[in-house]
Amino acid sequence: MSNPSNSLARAYPPRPAAVYFYATCLVDLFVPEAGMDAISLLEREGIRVIFPENQSCCGQPAFTTGFPQEARKVVVSQLELFPEELPIVVPSGSCAGMLRWHWENVVGDDPALRAKAAAIGARTYELAEFLLHVLGFQRHDEGEPVTVALHTSCSARREMGTHLVGRELLARLGNVTLAHHDHESECCGFGGTFSLKHPDISTAMVSDKVAALKATGAREVVTADCGCLLNITKRAEKEDLDAGRRQASLPGEHLATFLLRRTGGQVAQRS
Amino acid sequence: MSTPQSNTAQPLAFVSAQALRKRIHEAVNDTHLRTSFRGAMDFLMAKRAAQFPDASELSSLRDLSESIRQYSLSKLPELLEQLEANLTRNGVQVHWASDADEANTIMLGIARRHAAKSIVKGKSMVSEEIEFNHAMEAAGIEALESDMGEYIVQLAGEKPSHIIMPAIHQTKEQIARLFADKVPGVDYTDNVDALIQIGRRVLREKFEHADIGLSGVNFAVAETGTLCLVENEGNGRMCTTVPKVHMAITGIEKVVEKLEHVAPLYSILTRSATGQAISTYFNMISGPRKPDEKDGPEEVHLILLDNGRSQAYADEQLRKTLQCIRCGACMNHCPVYTRIGGHAYGTTYPGPIGKIVSPHMMGLEQTHLLPTVSSLCGACGEVCPVRIPIPELLIRLRGEAQSEPHADPALAGQGAGYSKPLSLLWRTWAGIYASPGNYRLFTWLASRFRALTPKQQSGWTAARTPLKPAPRRLRDMVRERH
Amino acid sequence: MSASRERILSRLRASRPAQPLPVPDLDQHYQPRLRDESLAERVARFRTGIESFHAEVHFSTEADWPALLARLCADKGVASLLYGADTPAGSRLDPAGFSTTALRPWAGRVEDFKRELFHQVDAGFTQTLGAIAETGTLILWPSAAEPRTLSLVPPIHFALLDARRIHQTFFHAIRDGGWASGLPTNALLVSGPSKTADIQQTLAYGAHGPKELVVIVTNAEGDGQ
Repeated sequence: MSNPSNSLARAYPPRPAAVYFYATCLVDLFVPEAGMDAISLLEREGIRVIFPENQSCCGQPAFTTGFPQEARKVVVSQLELFPEELPIVVPSGSCAGMLRWHWENVVGDDPALRAKAAAIGARTYELAEFLLHVLGFQRHDEGEPVTVALHTSCSARREMGTHLVGRELLARLGNVTLAHHDHESECCGFGGTFSLKHPDISTAMVSDKVAALKATGAREVVTADCGCLLNITKRAEKEDLDAGRRQASLPGEHLATFLLRRTGGQVAQRS
Repeated sequence: MSTPQSNTAQPLAFVSAQALRKRIHEAVNDTHLRTSFRGAMDFLMAKRAAQFPDASELSSLRDLSESIRQYSLSKLPELLEQLEANLTRNGVQVHWASDADEANTIMLGIARRHAAKSIVKGKSMVSEEIEFNHAMEAAGIEALESDMGEYIVQLAGEKPSHIIMPAIHQTKEQIARLFADKVPGVDYTDNVDALIQIGRRVLREKFEHADIGLSGVNFAVAETGTLCLVENEGNGRMCTTVPKVHMAITGIEKVVEKLEHVAPLYSILTRSATGQAISTYFNMISGPRKPDEKDGPEEVHLILLDNGRSQAYADEQLRKTLQCIRCGACMNHCPVYTRIGGHAYGTTYPGPIGKIVSPHMMGLEQTHLLPTVSSLCGACGEVCPVRIPIPELLIRLRGEAQSEPHADPALAGQGAGYSKPLSLLWRTWAGIYASPGNYRLFTWLASRFRALTPKQQSGWTAARTPLKPAPRRLRDMVRERH
Repeated sequence: MSASRERILSRLRASRPAQPLPVPDLDQHYQPRLRDESLAERVARFRTGIESFHAEVHFSTEADWPALLARLCADKGVASLLYGADTPAGSRLDPAGFSTTALRPWAGRVEDFKRELFHQVDAGFTQTLGAIAETGTLILWPSAAEPRTLSLVPPIHFALLDARRIHQTFFHAIRDGGWASGLPTNALLVSGPSKTADIQQTLAYGAHGPKELVVIVTNAEGDGQ
């Protein structure tokens, strides 16, 4: 449990009638359309999506910054959100990893809380892996041929083991060519509060990531993590701004939005 | 290249937060350094990957290596006593040192007893950790590095920037210039073979005449009383064979119980470190020269150094730090190390392992910022041959550094990074996010008054456009739709 | 000093787990990976490995290897060859068989001729205890008859290997050889001539030890002669 990379392979449940959707705080406040598109994708597959009203945050910001008590307080407040034995789907690798691996330890020594957190972790799935492995996502690609780059978050790669899932989903679309970028497995430099605390290094990392993505000539970058998405696209925007470019040189969107749009779904209106 | 002054061979017993930030800033903006570290790390990552074509073999070997290290640590006090008894039986003199000063005092005592004027050194990061060269120099004894990389770094008046490849920050042209300037009778050449032959010539003279040889230890075997050394150059063998006295220094965590335990550890060490199937030499020393033997040192000493290791040991989670076999794979794969190089950290051990081990050696007063210099990407933990959960330990140390200081802390310097305003901020955050009502109100306000979002957002907007809440939250969109 | 010993040990004792963890099971890793291979296959693996580390490998027989050694010495211009005369292999070396190479049996303590050792000896010759196929590695157990510096200081190291003593892995060499019950003062694994990549990751041979490693393998056919 303490070292996720030991055992990432997992068994997947049969297709459920309903799932809980745990949106994450970044999606709720900053990229709601990605959450909406994820919900639409799930519903289109015939899944009833339950959005627990009292959800806020997985506690990750405080947890990784070194405020375990504050993280605990938030996590404990979230433990009652999923009363039924249904899968919990999270449109973010790092938040899914938080639920799956860390909640149990964050809640402390109370055996009842630990058991509850562990049970939640065991039925938590990152959206992309849920689409592929549980729902067997297979839809007709209605879009024009396009080349895109894929960024996989470090948590998705190393805590959820889902870095191949995104590729597979894109491959199933048919008209999408995946452009591999230099140092693809490397972190984009977000790291939560790391980007605020060490802007020098974070900037160096995200600048390299943006350069590598642009060098592929891909029309856009797709990722299943909103932290990385904001980090990469806001950096690219800043570069465009500084260079006086009016057209975005590296637009990006959440994998859910991309999948929905390509397969004839109605994507949520952008703000 | 620019070599920030703090890289020079001053003792490292200081690291102020400001100095760390300044060094990071300089390193990140040093394009030459960035390019050379990126190239070197790419090279080392590719070499390592080529050593592990079979993922199941790697996984099995990591499991085994982790279990050997954890098993050894679970019996550490007994194994140290067994090691001491067997080494003593073999004729090796064993010394114990609580800290750097004591280790240096012990070794200086040995040197003085032999009226030693020169000590020739094999590669030893523990000797760097205790500032051995500095201590000997202060006592008028020459301590000369003989590992080519260490020799270069010493000649340049610098510190190693990598635990396995000390001179990785230097180009051959810089080394060529250094040799031409500092080695008598040498003309400029940037031919690597020629440069190595210059080093060989200079150092062979030293091996022949040095009074004492110093080495580190990669594994100490309790059941046989054996010190194992891993190397490619042969300088380690020279240091431990030719001078009359051999002093070895090691951290107390390096002991394993059985000789056969070194086989998997040695294999995974060289493959993880430099992508070598095996090093040129593996040197197993079990005692001084016997009466009928014709060479080898007449005296062998082992110094067992604590220097904060027992503090890490005392905590079940932090104890995992001591599983480390010093391969350096964590730094080779670290996107932060790749961008700032080894010197910026300001600690003997740079990179991810340095961030989790230095706080025990130096205390959190001086190192409380170090654990924050990570995006927690997990690349280090992913390659660690003994599966040290480095990100988890970084998070733990962040917590120890930032928690409110209390009397008699388990970790030296606990609370050194405590900030009342920051703590208050996080408490407020928790107050909002742990209460559905507060959270809804907060996000509603943030969304509703998004026009008031600050344009300057701390480190974020240094390189990015500002974050701005969406006009409608996801929960609003969900509600409207259903 | 002993105060530190007590302090360190008592700190460790106070916090170590009540029960040690289970003893690691090495067989679980090594057993399934054991190869069913012929002597020829094992020799070939050894050869591929050690040649990749820049060592030279020659094959000979029990009867002929001294002549091969003499020829190699002549080819390489070795003027003086240092060796241990009181070993089974050393006793086979006959000065008459070496036309251009002076045979120099090791005599006395290293202190008595350090200068010559460092400056006038061109090559050293040693036996080996065996080898490791997995990596291409020689096992040397230096002794009173065959000192440590023989394989270290001279620029060329000639090593004699009996192919029947090649183990699959280092682990098997330790276990099958019962090493834990008694090691020499200095036991060594050698995989090629000394080298370094400390200057800009560029590999260079002949760092501080031998510049050349030459292995003469006997009994590779398994007939023992």
